[in-house]
Amino acid sequence: MIPFAFEKRALTRRALLGSAALGGAALVSAPALADMVDLPFSGGGGERATTTSFPQKGKMIVQRTRPPLLETPWDTFDKGVFTPNDQFYVRWHWAGIPESVDVNTFRLKVHGNVERELSLSLPELIQKLPRVEMAAINQCSGNSRGFFGPRVPGAEWGNGAMGNAKWTGFRLKDLLDRAGVKSGSIQVRFAGLEKPVIEGGPHFMKSLTIDHARDGEVMVAYAMNGEALPFLNGFPLRLIVPGWYATYWMKMLTDIDVLDKPDENFWTKKAYLIPDTPGANITPGEKDVKMVPINRMVPRSFFTNVAPGDSIKTSGPTDLRGIAFGGDCGVAKVETSIDGGASWQAAELGPDDGKYGFRRWDAKISSPAAGSRLSVQVRCTNTNGLVQPDKPNWNPSGFMRNVIETVDLVAA
Amino acid sequence: MQRFAQTFGVLLAVAVLGGSATAKDVPELKSESFELPTGDRMFTGAGADPVNNNCLTCHSAGMVLVQPKLSKTTWEGIVKKMINVYKAPVPDSDVAGIVDYLSNGPTGGK
Ligand code: HEC
Repeated sequence: MIPFAFEKRALTRRALLGSAALGGAALVSAPALADMVDLPFSGGGGERATTTSFPQKGKMIVQRTRPPLLETPWDTFDKGVFTPNDQFYVRWHWAGIPESVDVNTFRLKVHGNVERELSLSLPELIQKLPRVEMAAINQCSGNSRGFFGPRVPGAEWGNGAMGNAKWTGFRLKDLLDRAGVKSGSIQVRFAGLEKPVIEGGPHFMKSLTIDHARDGEVMVAYAMNGEALPFLNGFPLRLIVPGWYATYWMKMLTDIDVLDKPDENFWTKKAYLIPDTPGANITPGEKDVKMVPINRMVPRSFFTNVAPGDSIKTSGPTDLRGIAFGGDCGVAKVETSIDGGASWQAAELGPDDGKYGFRRWDAKISSPAAGSRLSVQVRCTNTNGLVQPDKPNWNPSGFMRNVIETVDLVAA
Repeated sequence: MQRFAQTFGVLLAVAVLGGSATAKDVPELKSESFELPTGDRMFTGAGADPVNNNCLTCHSAGMVLVQPKLSKTTWEGIVKKMINVYKAPVPDSDVAGIVDYLSNGPTGGK
């Protein structure tokens, strides 16, 4: 047994602020650890503790305690297409997470290449800007990284670094129009309240092109599934970039800078880059690959009611179900296969709550002979005609996994 | 529960993107303050000291302990990135020891 493959104790103390170092913080609460999970990575190493000790969060899988990387337990996805706020995954880069947010003094600033600089309070933003609502999936660029082969460093997520929510807020375009974007603007850069814990460390910021920022879909949310955003999911404001990976979805959004020069900051220019190849796929060791910023999501589909190794009954049909999404567009179809992908049967699709959200699917497989082993697969084709690949992609950062999922079942 | 709409006297129509407009108020936004767990694990075994001294300031040990078995070159690259990009103040004299310790795998100190 690996001596420290799980958090032995997750003790609570004041979140470290600014450049506060490790020492001297008081331990204020008792351990609150739930049970272990084992994420089925090839070669092992997927044992993780679960915990209920994070604020506004129910049971979560601990990938890293500080700053938190908390994964949504898989059974959550079987309960509905909207991921509950208290089990929505959590992902921070720097531990300089403010320990409080005062809604009376909080301001969202818009500045840079604009006619009028803005500094708006929450009531002003809520009252002055038309309200919009949209279902959209927030998925970490590195969701499922632990399944990469060969393995790559980073947050070793299973498949639960994603979630779907109904976001309420205003269009970024409407805010930018109030500020009056000047000609010559090329990008818009976003920053939140998160701070590096070491002086000189790169502040977490991300940019979108000006056209993308003004496309009328990118929005700023003040509510998630009808409630204020959980603190760890970006309270009080979060950028919503439908169809794009979560790295762009700035949490605790407080600063919007309209740029007339390309954003040179580390997180935009050097981090979150993917090979400029179909599916961000290269051969391990491949050199001189052109890299570009990660961008649109690709289709995925999952089983939510069966797991590898489960047994299924030999009398009567077995119900299979799960969730699917198109990525940067809707779901055209979901199909299942029980013969290793030789033939595919259309699954039934649940209600469409918006093209950027999860879509439930249902299928039945007829009773197999006792003792037989079934490799059951599910694949999604999106409305742009893109279908999940049958071979996993690989890149050194572990981004954009979307291979067809396979679950091995035994008929008993 | 007190609603933000009452607090600020707002009730606006929600324009559902791609759908019909419905009247809806927004939830109350209250000032919040929280304490976050920090994780108190340390690296153990022979050679753990420089890792404990240099690798726990910005993230808890879990960041390192969940990593798969990685080559020495990869660990060297990671430690350099911590120093050059994230500004980890690691003394030059500690680098080799850290890389050696980590190259023995996430169980460390074997
Ligand atoms: C100055 C702050 C700082 C220090 C000190 C630091 N790191 Fe990091 N480390 C980071 C940041 C920031 C990340 C990126 C975090 C994220 O993406 O969530 C990171 C990520 C990592 C990762 C994940 C892989 C990657 O490249 O993102 C590993 C492994 C890691 N650190 C190991 C170490 C080791 C070993 C040490 C001790 C030599 C160390 N860190 C010290 C800031 C630091």
